[in-house]
Amino acid sequence: MADKIILFLQQLINGLAQGSIYALIALGYTMVFGVLRFINFAHGDVYMLGAFAGFYIGPRMLHLFGDKPGYGVLVSMLLVTMILCALIGVLIEWLCYRPLRDRPKLTVLITAIGVSLFLENGGQFLFGADPKSFPEILTDSYLSLPESWGRISELGIQLSAAISMLVTVILLFGLRHIVLHTKMGMAMRALSFNPVAASLMGINNSVVIAFTFGLGSALAGAAGILTSIQQPSIDPLMGVNAGLKAFVAAVLGGIGNLPGAALGGILIGVIETMVVGYVSPTYRDAIVFGVLILILLVKPTGLLGASEQEKV
Amino acid sequence: MRSQLLLLLTLVACGVISTLSSGMNPYYYDILVGIGINIILAAGLNLVNGYTGQFSLGHAGFMAVGAYGSSWLTLSYGYVLGSSSIAMSAFYVLALLLGGIGAALVGLIVGIPSLRLRGDYLAIVTLGFNEIIKGIIQNCEALGAQRGLGGMVLHTNFFWTFAFAALTVYVVVSLVNSTYGRGFLAVKDDEIAAEAMGINTTKYKVLAFVLAAFFAGIAGGLYAHFKQFIHPEGFNFIKSVDIVVMVILGGMGSTIGVCLAAVLLTILPELLRYVSRIDALPEWLRHVTENRMILYSLLLIILMLTRPQGLFGVRLPRKK
Amino acid sequence: MIEVFLPIFTLARPLAKTIVIMKTLVFSVLATVGLAASLLPLRAADDIVIGEFASLTGGNASFGQSSHKGTQLAVDEINAAGGLLGKKIKLITEDDQSTAGQPATIVQKFINQDKVVAVLGEVASSKSLEAAPICQQNKIPMISPASTNPKVTEVGDYIFRVCFIDSFQGTVMAKFAQSKGWKRVAVLTDVKQDYSVGLAKFFVEGFKKNGGEIVKEQSYSSGDRDFKAQLTSMKSLKPEAIFLPGYYTEVSLIAKQAKLLGLKCPLLGGDGWVGDSLLKVAGNSLDGSFFSCHFSAQDKSPVVQGFVEKFKAKNGALPDDMAALGYDSAMILAEAIKKADTTDGDKLREAIAATKDHPGITGKITLDKDRNAEKPATILTIANGAYKFEQSVAP
Repeated sequence: MADKIILFLQQLINGLAQGSIYALIALGYTMVFGVLRFINFAHGDVYMLGAFAGFYIGPRMLHLFGDKPGYGVLVSMLLVTMILCALIGVLIEWLCYRPLRDRPKLTVLITAIGVSLFLENGGQFLFGADPKSFPEILTDSYLSLPESWGRISELGIQLSAAISMLVTVILLFGLRHIVLHTKMGMAMRALSFNPVAASLMGINNSVVIAFTFGLGSALAGAAGILTSIQQPSIDPLMGVNAGLKAFVAAVLGGIGNLPGAALGGILIGVIETMVVGYVSPTYRDAIVFGVLILILLVKPTGLLGASEQEKV
Repeated sequence: MRSQLLLLLTLVACGVISTLSSGMNPYYYDILVGIGINIILAAGLNLVNGYTGQFSLGHAGFMAVGAYGSSWLTLSYGYVLGSSSIAMSAFYVLALLLGGIGAALVGLIVGIPSLRLRGDYLAIVTLGFNEIIKGIIQNCEALGAQRGLGGMVLHTNFFWTFAFAALTVYVVVSLVNSTYGRGFLAVKDDEIAAEAMGINTTKYKVLAFVLAAFFAGIAGGLYAHFKQFIHPEGFNFIKSVDIVVMVILGGMGSTIGVCLAAVLLTILPELLRYVSRIDALPEWLRHVTENRMILYSLLLIILMLTRPQGLFGVRLPRKK
Repeated sequence: MIEVFLPIFTLARPLAKTIVIMKTLVFSVLATVGLAASLLPLRAADDIVIGEFASLTGGNASFGQSSHKGTQLAVDEINAAGGLLGKKIKLITEDDQSTAGQPATIVQKFINQDKVVAVLGEVASSKSLEAAPICQQNKIPMISPASTNPKVTEVGDYIFRVCFIDSFQGTVMAKFAQSKGWKRVAVLTDVKQDYSVGLAKFFVEGFKKNGGEIVKEQSYSSGDRDFKAQLTSMKSLKPEAIFLPGYYTEVSLIAKQAKLLGLKCPLLGGDGWVGDSLLKVAGNSLDGSFFSCHFSAQDKSPVVQGFVEKFKAKNGALPDDMAALGYDSAMILAEAIKKADTTDGDKLREAIAATKDHPGITGKITLDKDRNAEKPATILTIANGAYKFEQSVAP
């Protein structure tokens, strides 16, 4: 019995680590949906670009720090990648979505699918199809509790996974601060409440939307780095799966709702790990999509989302 | 009466061309049949994505149901009606139809819950169902699982392909010109207003979806009995995108445009094989032309930015 | 539901439109096909044309590009040495974009448009299975470099392969595990890959037959990145080794995570492990593991070293197994054309079938009566993050 409990707790930890990555990506989906009411299909691919940005910056950054892996390298890489990805996000919005602002939603959705396919296949063309080895910017190890604690000490976590969870929490609080306590955050909330009224109040909607894209893409970029320090093999198609799962997470939590996206991400990570550990990996994707469909049927607004009346 | 007669004439014409085509270069023949199958897929999907204004991203899933369903039937019961070639062909057509009905049933199961959802959600849910269908096949030993299914007899020919293509086009055109067509357009133009006018929007959406799934199932059966080998990965997201691109390029809501786009996009990759061999082109350009998906994605973005109604569609007024 | 469909068949008006559409279609088809035909490149009549289809883009691109580089190298070498039967070889390579449906179309093009004498391809069994029936019907020999599914060569007597099949590799590794004295082994399979499932099946059969115990069979899907759930449940069972018949893309990550989780037992695998990024990603975490493959780049024999040198000079990287197999497939075909002294399909087929002790990069290759390659498997081990030759297992 004790074995089973330990195993279960260990799987729970594994699931939480995986879920924190999904949560970061899901936040981007949710924010963009909040202000623009559309799903940015290309978001998962920004996460991939984040990982590749790290791949190219990593060796140079390591060099700056005297070729010693460590927290300094990690933090500065996170910052540089987040800025880069924010720029990419703003660029995508400016090139592809802004000209379509007043068009039917379907047009924007198709464009987003186009952008996503372009980034994936362009990435394959540019970076090559074979997986790349991510530079070691952090010496990974396995953390466990002291043995004197008894059976509990069998539990453990990958150092990089623990750092990812920590960074996710920090970023979440940072995001919360931006949204709740800054002028830009207030503008974002106003825009998501009513775009026309917001612009009447003197808010420059285009700037706010660009900022939202940048913020969401920065989080995706951070997720790209955090996943790569745990699993140091990256390829141009890695964003497809992660993007889909994160989307499901955003819908599960209630799309447009920031705490919801974080909760949804964690839940999806845990569900996936439990299905793999206790049922069979073959059913993992089917069950995740099953959860999505169930949620949409039973409570389309998601776990934390408030119901919204369609405006005519 | 006149309509049935005309349809019959079209079918006879298909038959005549079919018998004449026996001496044709098999490479061209392969492309021609591919065109026919793509017309069925695209014209069917146009009902949902074009006329009804919904967005399905999982058409390949229904194609898979038809392909695997009909192949399983012909492989297990192919000789039920006898082993003469006529009996075998008759059973093949029966299997095609049953495959189509199977796909339509799956479409009904998928459609009723998910069509209550709005555009973006529907896209993701249909994509999810596509993955689920693929996943089920991958785990099903009777259907060859991840090994793929082979050994089907070559039944599909020019006649059957284009007979079904003509039938698809006929049904789609008839439907959109009927009262039902008005219903589809009403759903597309403004769902809330349509509902307020007493139109049962779910009924129209489900009808369009089920019919599209039926035709996709038929197309899948035709495909399976032409290539004689099918694999779950052949019905993935990329395949769904292929069909969506045809509908968008042709112009959502224009049957002739979508059919032309199906022709164009079936031939294009083959033409690009020659383009990428022209030594005068710079190397990177030749590499790009070799990668169909880069071209398709650029095509999607540029079309949406400059001509969202597609090559042959009618421009719709902008709406907020 | 039924009443919904009834009105369809009572409408006459749309038919005129249907016919207009069909007419336009036929015209456009004819026009475009005509255009295609006019674009056809003229080829020198005295070339020997060989068609190669591979996944140069899409999901399987990394394997397709490798095998293509090997094939191209072989053809270049033959042409530099004066060609065959006094003619040059012209290799036409088409990309199937890792897409189903494409191989059949491409092979039709090869046979009817380019008039190839033989077809080379493909790595993935699902693609070869689509192309093989067409080659068989047209009596054009086809040699697959790396399709391991037994069904491929069962299509007919014109279909060959130069790699070993799943049963051989699985059994070899089962015997090897037993020779190491391991009794309790866990298996981790990639359920999306036919290859991986096949290898696992024969390994399990072979291992159980001689009294071994499979403590746990787990699986994952290609493209996964996190394997801690599977590894955690394996760890509690304390296996002596884990058989991991996947591709290097996932194997490297699995090895890394296994090491971090404290799973110290060695990993065993097959030729899917061979790839440029395996050791780069896995670092030292694969130390003490074993896998079977087709050749070792450290092999001192002049045939192998010559190939490695030339490949490195041309492509700037070490060849992997796919490149070596692509090279061998082209060389066996060239040998057969020379021996048959003709490119006639029938005689060429016989010459290929008679291949015996061909000194290939991947060992002495003999094609058996089922048109499969009979050749030794090489077992490599990994020590300090580098490959080391362990042993060679004869068929």
